[in-house]
Amino acid sequence: MSSDSTNGPGTTSGARTPLIELSGITKKFGAYAALDDVNLTIHEAEAVGIIGDNGAGKSTLVKVLSGVYPPSGGTIRFRNKDVRFGSPLDARRNGIEMIYQDLALCEDLNVAQNIFLGREIKRNVGPFRFLDRAAMAKAAAKDISELGLTFDVNREVGMLSGGERQMVAVARALQFDPAALLMDEPTAALSAEKIRKLLELVTELKSRGVSILLVSHRFTDILHICDRIVVIRGGRVAGEMMPHDHPPAQTMAMMTEMMTGDTIDDPSGDDGRSARP
Amino acid sequence: MNPKLFSDGLLGRGAASLNPGLLIAVVIVFVVLTFASPYFLTVNNLLNVAKALVVVGIAAVGETIVIIAGGFDLSIGSTMAAAGMLAAYLVDSGAGIAVAFTCAILLGIAIGATNGTIISYFKINPLITTLAMLAIIRGLAFVISDGREIVITNQAWLSLGTGRFAGIPFIVLVLIAIYLAFAVLMPRTTFGRYVYAIGSNARAARLAGISTNRWRLLIYIICGATAAIAGLMLAARTGNARPAAAMGFELDVITAVILGGASLKGGRGAILGTAVGLILLFMINNGLTLAQVPSFWQQVVKGAILLAAVLYDEMRRGRTDDT
Repeated sequence: MSSDSTNGPGTTSGARTPLIELSGITKKFGAYAALDDVNLTIHEAEAVGIIGDNGAGKSTLVKVLSGVYPPSGGTIRFRNKDVRFGSPLDARRNGIEMIYQDLALCEDLNVAQNIFLGREIKRNVGPFRFLDRAAMAKAAAKDISELGLTFDVNREVGMLSGGERQMVAVARALQFDPAALLMDEPTAALSAEKIRKLLELVTELKSRGVSILLVSHRFTDILHICDRIVVIRGGRVAGEMMPHDHPPAQTMAMMTEMMTGDTIDDPSGDDGRSARP
Repeated sequence: MNPKLFSDGLLGRGAASLNPGLLIAVVIVFVVLTFASPYFLTVNNLLNVAKALVVVGIAAVGETIVIIAGGFDLSIGSTMAAAGMLAAYLVDSGAGIAVAFTCAILLGIAIGATNGTIISYFKINPLITTLAMLAIIRGLAFVISDGREIVITNQAWLSLGTGRFAGIPFIVLVLIAIYLAFAVLMPRTTFGRYVYAIGSNARAARLAGISTNRWRLLIYIICGATAAIAGLMLAARTGNARPAAAMGFELDVITAVILGGASLKGGRGAILGTAVGLILLFMINNGLTLAQVPSFWQQVVKGAILLAAVLYDEMRRGRTDDT
C-alpha cells in the first residue's frame, strides 16, 4: 500500500519532489514482523508525523531509515537512487540524521566531542593525523549559539540538564546540513517551554528545506508542525491524513480511528457525528 | 589551589582530567615518608622505586585503555610470564634478541586479539574471558616449560635492567617513552576519542558510526602487547624467565589504574592519572618496606587501597549520575 496512493481527497502532495521512498519495507525479528510491507514517501522540505500505539512499529521504521536496522525486505530510494543503509554511518553519509529517543550521547565526553563523534575534524602534523580540537570547539560553539543557547561546549554532557542535552543532540544532527531529520519521541523528556522551542526549531528547519520525520506519542506536537500524518498499526501503514485539511478535533478523531481500528465520533460535528467526551 | 587548573588546564579536561585529590595524596605521602625515614629521599631508594614501578607501569598503560573503554583484563600477569618465557626460550635456542622480542610481543598481541575477539564478537563478559585466559596461558607456560625457569644470559637483554642513560635506568626510559606516546595519543587522536566514547556509551558510539567491535579488539591487542613488553622488562630486571613470574601483578596494575582515576564503569581515566596512581602506590609500598611491615600486610594494604579507590569512584559517579 503506497502512502501516497492512500491519500484521500485534498491530501495529495504529488507536485513535490520525493526525497526518501520506502517500497515494501519489511523488518522481521525472528518470526515476528515489526514492519510489514510499508510504503512511504517523504518529500523535500516536508514534515511527516508518524503515530501509532506502543509496538506498532514506529521506532522500527525510523531505525530502518536511519540505518540502525537493515530491512528484511523492500527497497529504499533516496533522491531517486536505490540505497542500502547497512549502518547509521551510511544513512548519515546520505544526509539522513537521527535524534534518538534516549539521545545517544556519551555523558563523559563534552559537548563538542559529542557533536563531532564519528566525524572528527583532523589536521596533519608531519606524518600524523591529529584531532583539530580547536576547530571542533569553535564550530560546536557556533552551532550552540545558533540554537540560541549559551552553554560552554567544553562542558561534559553528563553535567547538562535534560533540555540542554536535547539541544546537543539537535546540534549534532544539524552540524552536517542534513537533508532529512528523523526524530524519535524528541519531546518525551522535555518541559512545556522546551517542547515549544524544539517545535519552533523544527518548523524553522522545514522552512530551510530540511525534511522531517517525527515520531511522537503527543498528538499536539504532530498536529502543530506536520504537513502529513501517517498512522502505523501492526507494522503496516494504516492510513494518513493532512492535518491542515481538517479541524484539529476531526484530525484527532481520524488518527485515533486509524490507530485503533474503531470508529470515533468527531467532536467538532463536521461530519455529522457527535462529540465524545 | 585553583580548581580551574585541574579541570580545564594542563592536567587534562573532563573525563581525562586528573583528580586533584590524588596529587594532594602524593604530596602528603611524599612528605610523610621523607620525615618518617632517612632512607626514603635518597637517589638510590627513589631509583629502586622507579625500577620496581616500571614493570607494573608498562602493563598499566594497556589496562588503563581497556578500563577507560569499559572493559577489563585479568590476563596481563599470565601474558607477561608467557612473553618472557617465549623470548628466553628463543634466545636460549640461538635466536637474536630482536627476533625474540618481536615474537614475544606478537604472542602478547595474539593473546589480546583472542580476548578482544571473544569479548567483542561473542559478547562474553570481559572478567570471565580474561580470567579464563589467565588460567589457560599460565597453565600452558607451566606445561611447556615443565615448571622450569630459564636464566637469561643475553647481555643486551640484561642491560635493559641494569644499564643507564644519563643516570636513568633504561627500563625507566622505556616506561617514560610509552607513557608520553599514549599521553599524546589518548586526547589527540580518534583512537583515544573512541576509547572514551566506547567506555562512556558504547551504543551511542556505534550509532555515531564507530565500529565498536573493531576498536575493542584493537584495545585488547594493545593491552596484550604492553603486557608482553612488561614481561620482557620483568625478565630483564630479575635475570630469569619463569612460568610463575608476575603472579598477582594484576592487583598492582588494576590498583594503580583505578587509583589514577579510571572508572570501572568506563569513559573516564587518563594515562597521566595512572602514572600518578603508580607513583602513589609504589611510594606507599616503599614506605611499608622501609617501616619493615611484613609483606603479607603489604598485600592487605594494597587490597584496601584498591577497595577505597573503587568506593571513591562509585561515590563520585553516583553523585554525577544523580545530577
